[in-house]
Amino acid sequence: MTKEPVAVVGIGQTKHTAARRDVSIAGLVREAAVRALEDAQLTWPDIDAVVIGKAPDFFEGVMMPELYLADALGAVGKPMLRVHTAGSVGGSTALVAAGLVAARVHRTVLTLAFEKQSESNAMWGLSLPIPFQQPLLAGAGGFFAPHVRAYMRRTGAPSGVGALVAYKDRRNALRNPYAHLHEHDLTLDQVRSSPMLWDPIRYSETCPSSDGACAMVLTDRAGADRAPYPPAWMHGGAMRSEPTLFAGKDFVSPRAGRDCAADVYRQAGITDPRREIDAVEMYVPFSWYEPMWLENLGFADEGEGWKLTESGVTELGGDLPVNPSGGVLSTNPIGASGMLRFAEAALQVRGRAGEHQVDGARKALGHAYGGGSQFFSMWVVADTPPAG
Amino acid sequence: MTPAPSPQALQAPLVVEFPFTRSLGPVQSAFLTGLRTRTVLGVRTTDGRVLVPPVEYDPVTAGELSELVEVAPTGTVTTWAWNPSPRRGQPLSTPFAWVLVRLDGAHTALLHALDAPGPEAVRTGMRVRIRWAGERGGAITDIACFEPYEGPEGGEAVPHSGEFADPVTGIVAPARLDYTYAPGRAQSRYLRALADRTTYGERCPSCRKVYVPPRGACPTCGIAPDEQVEVGPRGTVTTFCIVNIKARNLDIDVPYVYAHIALDGADLALHARIGGIPYDEVRMGLRVEPVWSEDGRYPDHYRPTGEPDADYDTYKELL
Repeated sequence: MTKEPVAVVGIGQTKHTAARRDVSIAGLVREAAVRALEDAQLTWPDIDAVVIGKAPDFFEGVMMPELYLADALGAVGKPMLRVHTAGSVGGSTALVAAGLVAARVHRTVLTLAFEKQSESNAMWGLSLPIPFQQPLLAGAGGFFAPHVRAYMRRTGAPSGVGALVAYKDRRNALRNPYAHLHEHDLTLDQVRSSPMLWDPIRYSETCPSSDGACAMVLTDRAGADRAPYPPAWMHGGAMRSEPTLFAGKDFVSPRAGRDCAADVYRQAGITDPRREIDAVEMYVPFSWYEPMWLENLGFADEGEGWKLTESGVTELGGDLPVNPSGGVLSTNPIGASGMLRFAEAALQVRGRAGEHQVDGARKALGHAYGGGSQFFSMWVVADTPPAG
Repeated sequence: MTPAPSPQALQAPLVVEFPFTRSLGPVQSAFLTGLRTRTVLGVRTTDGRVLVPPVEYDPVTAGELSELVEVAPTGTVTTWAWNPSPRRGQPLSTPFAWVLVRLDGAHTALLHALDAPGPEAVRTGMRVRIRWAGERGGAITDIACFEPYEGPEGGEAVPHSGEFADPVTGIVAPARLDYTYAPGRAQSRYLRALADRTTYGERCPSCRKVYVPPRGACPTCGIAPDEQVEVGPRGTVTTFCIVNIKARNLDIDVPYVYAHIALDGADLALHARIGGIPYDEVRMGLRVEPVWSEDGRYPDHYRPTGEPDADYDTYKELL
């Protein structure tokens, strides 16, 4: 029996910001969920199951938030699942929800991911001194910066490419009313001269810390027929994982990422992603990850990713726009960041991305990664249902 | 080949704690602020029931709830469990009963502590009232506990605006987990050898890769290595960053260099600090050796050996 086609008919997100002190965690997720329901013109009884995701519990110190959030998300009397895959969780949560529809377990599923970073300190709250080990803490940027240096060495990329990415994404964010950072007066020179935090990563090349949530309503073909606005259709979805550290791990271009991309393209019948995909929302928490992932995801040959960035291909007006929403560099509620990539890809093919719409986007990739580059999740969505 | 000995594994306490904050939102804010003034608020659901403590969303209809009501400080125990040995942070330091109390005017029960001389003094259906804390700041602990009560019943819930001067909008919720950390046999062997300034890795019998620190299993092959291999002490900086942000609770001056170092003979890099050279002169390929502190279990940092830099091709697979 073939799979049920999966359609995205509702998308909602909060206005992301540094601290939403006016709402509880329940109030935060509720906002995104209500907006997704409104977009789909559905009500709580139309939802058959709820699948939520967030980063590790210790980011906010709420053990098993899925229990506490059941009533806020209308899940009472329905199945409710929680997905855990670190920073990629927003993507894998959407894929678990999509799997329930594709397998005809449920017809209409609400999926949601969130983070209220202001309630904790993700940078140091998780950097714990482990007995018998030398205390050597460098934070998330310190973990990823050496890999950026390795990428620069391996490819010979000029040192200014990262600033181009950061400047582009922050400019794109000005077109996205939900983005956290709206730096109207930011100049490329300011990015280039911003403080060096973890050399070679500068302050303006680093993602912010955000409170926010993102929700989607996924449904079957019959649900899509009833939807008031054009749906986005899932053409492929894949996840891959690998250990954080192992002999032979390629941190610059992890095998799990390459394999995941190959799988999702195969499902979607894509043989030349550079030509066939119209818009990309990829997880870029530090600017240099754009050229790194361009190679890992098959948009450029090894060592060539930075050339796409440098030549403007990834700008909103380029022929492969990357992160038209402003991306993780402009908005980072960690648990939600992956789902935002998936949702923004869907908004593009639905033609509902507003000011950051990519003209004529018919096929888009949403990408998330997490942990020490060990979890990957991706989907390809399009404006027409998959064949078959 | 040296079969690995299996000495006693190490263990040590590990405390995980963080003072999380909570934004309360309108309903919880009113509830906790009310307690500060000895007012217990509930919320009325779409079908007319009164939930205490109040919740923001209707558990039946999922609708948003905002109709606040005040209930009595007296109520009835609906069920209970005796706690013979209270722990740190619990409401009372002497043995007490955990009780669910349905306050007069409410349809649901609130979890709290009942001060009673012994389990024989507690029963389902018994009448109790709130004993207020002397100092109240807008927290559930403003209710010190419940105590037995023989007076008249409180009436129906009455409407309340939920408005107070200077409302509590957030709380601090400290979380603390006490673990006993056990690094395991492989790590214990490694740590004991380190104390003698010897660095051991383990070689996977299948893929032949040498892991430092050892983990007791090869993450690629899933096989327990049976061969210890001495590695280092020298190694090569494969990549690094310069850290300019001072870490909380870490006594290292910035900037410092956080480097990935492939010890000679190891098949993946470990992470360590580089010293003995200006931070802006550290480079990929730099040859380094450990510097031990007086009583250290591990190298304090690594410093240049003075050897010529390693050729990129010798370590590019270890990046």
